[in-house]
Amino acid sequence: MPTPDFRLSRNAFGSLVLTAADGSVHEGVVPVRSFPMAAPREGISLVSADGHELAWIDRLDTVPEALRALVEEELASREFVPEIRRIRHVSSFATPSTWEVETDRGDASLVLKGEEDIRRLSADTLLVADTHGIHFLIRDLRALDKASRKLLDRFL
Amino acid sequence: MKVESLPPAPAGSLPPETWRAGLDARLAPGECVLAWLETDLDERLQFARGLLAVTDQRLLAVAPAGTWQEWSYRDALELLHHDHAGVGTLELQDGTGRKARWRYTLGRNVAALRVIDEFERQRDSHVCGHPVTREADGLCPRCKAPLEPGQEECPICTREMHIPPSTWTLLRLWRFARPYRWRLLAGFLLTLAATAATLVPPYMTMPLMDNVLIPYQNGRPIDTGLVALYLGGLFAAAIFAWVLGWARSYILALVSERIGADLRTATFEHLLKLSLEYFGGKRTGDLMARIGSETDRINIFLSLHLLDFANDVLMIGMTSLILVSINPWLALVTLLPLPLIAWLIHVVRDRLRTGFEKVDRIWAEVTNVLADTIPGIRVVKAFAQEKRETQRFRAANHHNLQVNDRVNRVWSLFSPTVTLLTEVGLLVVWAFGIWQVSRDEITVGVLTAFLAYISRFYLRLDSMSRIVSVTQKAAAGAKRIFDILDHVSSVPEPLSPVHLEQVQGRIELRDVGFRYGNRAVIRSVDLTIHPGELIGLVGHSGSGKSTLVNLMCRFYDVTEGSVLVDGTDVRSLPVAEFRRHIGLVLQEPFLFFGTIAENIAYGQPDATRAEIIAAARAAHAHEFILRLPHGYDSLVGERGQGLSGGERQRISIARALLIDPRILILDEATSSVDTETEKEIQKALDNLVQGRTTIAIAHRLSTLRKADRLVVMDRGQIVEVGNHEQLMAREGAYFRLYQAQARNVDVDAEDVRPPSAVHETKEIAA
Ligand SMILES: Nc1ncnc2c1ncn2[C@@H]1O[C@H](COP(=O)(O)OP(=O)(O)OP(=O)(O)O)[C@@H](O)[C@H]1O
Ligand SMILES: [Mg+2]
Repeated sequence: MPTPDFRLSRNAFGSLVLTAADGSVHEGVVPVRSFPMAAPREGISLVSADGHELAWIDRLDTVPEALRALVEEELASREFVPEIRRIRHVSSFATPSTWEVETDRGDASLVLKGEEDIRRLSADTLLVADTHGIHFLIRDLRALDKASRKLLDRFL
Repeated sequence: MKVESLPPAPAGSLPPETWRAGLDARLAPGECVLAWLETDLDERLQFARGLLAVTDQRLLAVAPAGTWQEWSYRDALELLHHDHAGVGTLELQDGTGRKARWRYTLGRNVAALRVIDEFERQRDSHVCGHPVTREADGLCPRCKAPLEPGQEECPICTREMHIPPSTWTLLRLWRFARPYRWRLLAGFLLTLAATAATLVPPYMTMPLMDNVLIPYQNGRPIDTGLVALYLGGLFAAAIFAWVLGWARSYILALVSERIGADLRTATFEHLLKLSLEYFGGKRTGDLMARIGSETDRINIFLSLHLLDFANDVLMIGMTSLILVSINPWLALVTLLPLPLIAWLIHVVRDRLRTGFEKVDRIWAEVTNVLADTIPGIRVVKAFAQEKRETQRFRAANHHNLQVNDRVNRVWSLFSPTVTLLTEVGLLVVWAFGIWQVSRDEITVGVLTAFLAYISRFYLRLDSMSRIVSVTQKAAAGAKRIFDILDHVSSVPEPLSPVHLEQVQGRIELRDVGFRYGNRAVIRSVDLTIHPGELIGLVGHSGSGKSTLVNLMCRFYDVTEGSVLVDGTDVRSLPVAEFRRHIGLVLQEPFLFFGTIAENIAYGQPDATRAEIIAAARAAHAHEFILRLPHGYDSLVGERGQGLSGGERQRISIARALLIDPRILILDEATSSVDTETEKEIQKALDNLVQGRTTIAIAHRLSTLRKADRLVVMDRGQIVEVGNHEQLMAREGAYFRLYQAQARNVDVDAEDVRPPSAVHETKEIAA
């Protein structure tokens, strides 16, 4: 396991602090995934508050436990892509349409502005953007129940 | 402390029911809630509701779990706000660390900003002991537009409408058919008459049978006079039906084309009024398919099928009447398959409509591939990706086939089923009729007439069932057209527009924030540009310079804050009128298909030749234009294919200069011309910018040295303002940019081919 040449910690304000190999200290460091969809656990960049890359993590699985926990915790608090488990109701098949959905983060409703806001990531994975820019993920189209699939099918 | 002197919180701002009881129990007597935010996410970003409320004594919060917390106002207490990927965060901090954090989805941002405002006001008043001061009662927390007293929602901000269009879309097409209603009526009457004429022949078969043929079979000679009369009647009816049918087809075809043209024009007109935001989210091919083929389908439906349908219904009604009048029992048997067919229609209708809607969408997908590939043909060829694009096209086509196959499966079963039902009906009528004839209840003539009617009747039923498909196709198309027509521009025309007679050219940005979707691109920008000032806008690529200019032109509306021109919010000026005062040279110059002269005069088509030439001279385009084979009459292709990048830029500068605008915006206007030409254009511009408010964006900082003020942007914020000397003396961001460029010039001179140029060379080589 390669030991990274930087240290990461959390300060009283809840933000991450990175101490680089040369001793410089950066506050408010933000971890960013390079491929949030295609390869979420690879290529994580630690970016300073003013947008410059400070450090690079090749694979999240190969870094020391403490560092990984910090990074994952921070990622979790920034990432918000609820995964749709079931579509309970749609207000209309014409857009804009309000959907009542069950997600892995609880029940929510979203407003779909147009069919083009449903993006196909792969044959069975869809990303639905709502009017306020929140992205809802449908990880596996075929894993949805029949009623949801039927509703969704009307928009595809 | 005299907090009581506050105006009471506006009615209607009560927190939601769920929290009211808990809140009331905690409020001290006389304490009132001034602002609140219902959070809809918890700490772990799960959907769950909580509340954050600002009262005149403290900050109160309840977590989704139901635990209440409170903080009284202290000096160091601060409420910070930021958002990322659609999630807003409020953080309560004091000097030592974070005290609490709340998360919510961005739809609630207005409430959050109001909470912050109120919190800061209360904290300051508690700390310094002065009563709360409210500036000019109420600015909208989001756009800073003044609110009427008691007005809770800002009229400028609350325009987002989420009312889905009704499913009765087809009825809404009446709007387009209305201007032609008399002609449509005439067409309908003609249809009706033609139909009636076709009902005559079967009726004639009855006497022909009973009075001529059957008596002959029974040994009586044929009455030639009678035969001539009947046959003459038949022939007249046929001629009559022919004339009527011709008139009807002609009128309806005329009307149909006109409705189609109106629909297309109306849709296009509306489309052009929509904001750039709309176009950013749509694919060209999709829009083209909607306006092109779908309007066509709708107009055919309106003018032909709809009338046919009405006609069929009438015809069936009339036939039924005749049948009943001849023999009610036989008529009853004839009508047997009707309910079955009605049921069938009911079953397939929904499937067909959704199917056809899908077909339309897929068709748009096919057009999309075309609209992507053809303009990008150079890149496709340069990277030898023809195969891949073909593959993409094939895939879209294949998808199209699949969806069509599915629809056709339903549809192909439907039609023959209806035919089968009618055949069976015919059999039943035969059987029942023979039985009745054998009992002498009816004559052979009646039975023949019946059979003749029935075949027509069933034919109508058949065509009526076909209309199911056409209607559903039209409904699907109408929905997609109305999707465009119903879209409210996100830079709407003001309800009560303010007209500026004379524009001075003062531009003020007040606390402007802007977001593309959920990406905050501009953050709290404050800037006042005086009339006639030359402002240089500099900063790294992607720092938001073009975006800021877009906001000034109102291509987009600000998300927060406001843009004022001569003290008036741009949102209250009529869009087109306002833009007429702006000359804009875009970073990516766009030329329309047409002559060079037409392109230069685009903003003012009635410009004289002298004016066009003067503008071209000023933009240093005159000489190169003269070198073209047809001078100013040379055609430039779509997207200006025939010209070099720098030439295109100069034409678009001329275009901007021609309209003699009060405000001139040059976004990298000279980035593609050589240094020599740039200097010359610069010289020309120096004269032209006199007395105009000019905003120039340039990466070559040397071109902006004459600017009255340079505004340095970095990641959506203004970091420095001042003229060249001041900024150089300050040794800040501008100084660094300038230094880096000075150094780069040396490097470029040594390194003849910088690696970044490879891609461009390739594109040109194609
Ligand atoms: N239509 C758009 N949708 C989403 N984001 C956009 C859009 N246009 C620009 N952006 C983003 O907004 C930011 C600012 O872009 P802008 O075009 O204003 O930059 P700029 O300062 O003009 O850069 P340059 O000097 O390269 O022209 C960039 O990060 C860009 O990615
Ligand atoms: Mg730009």
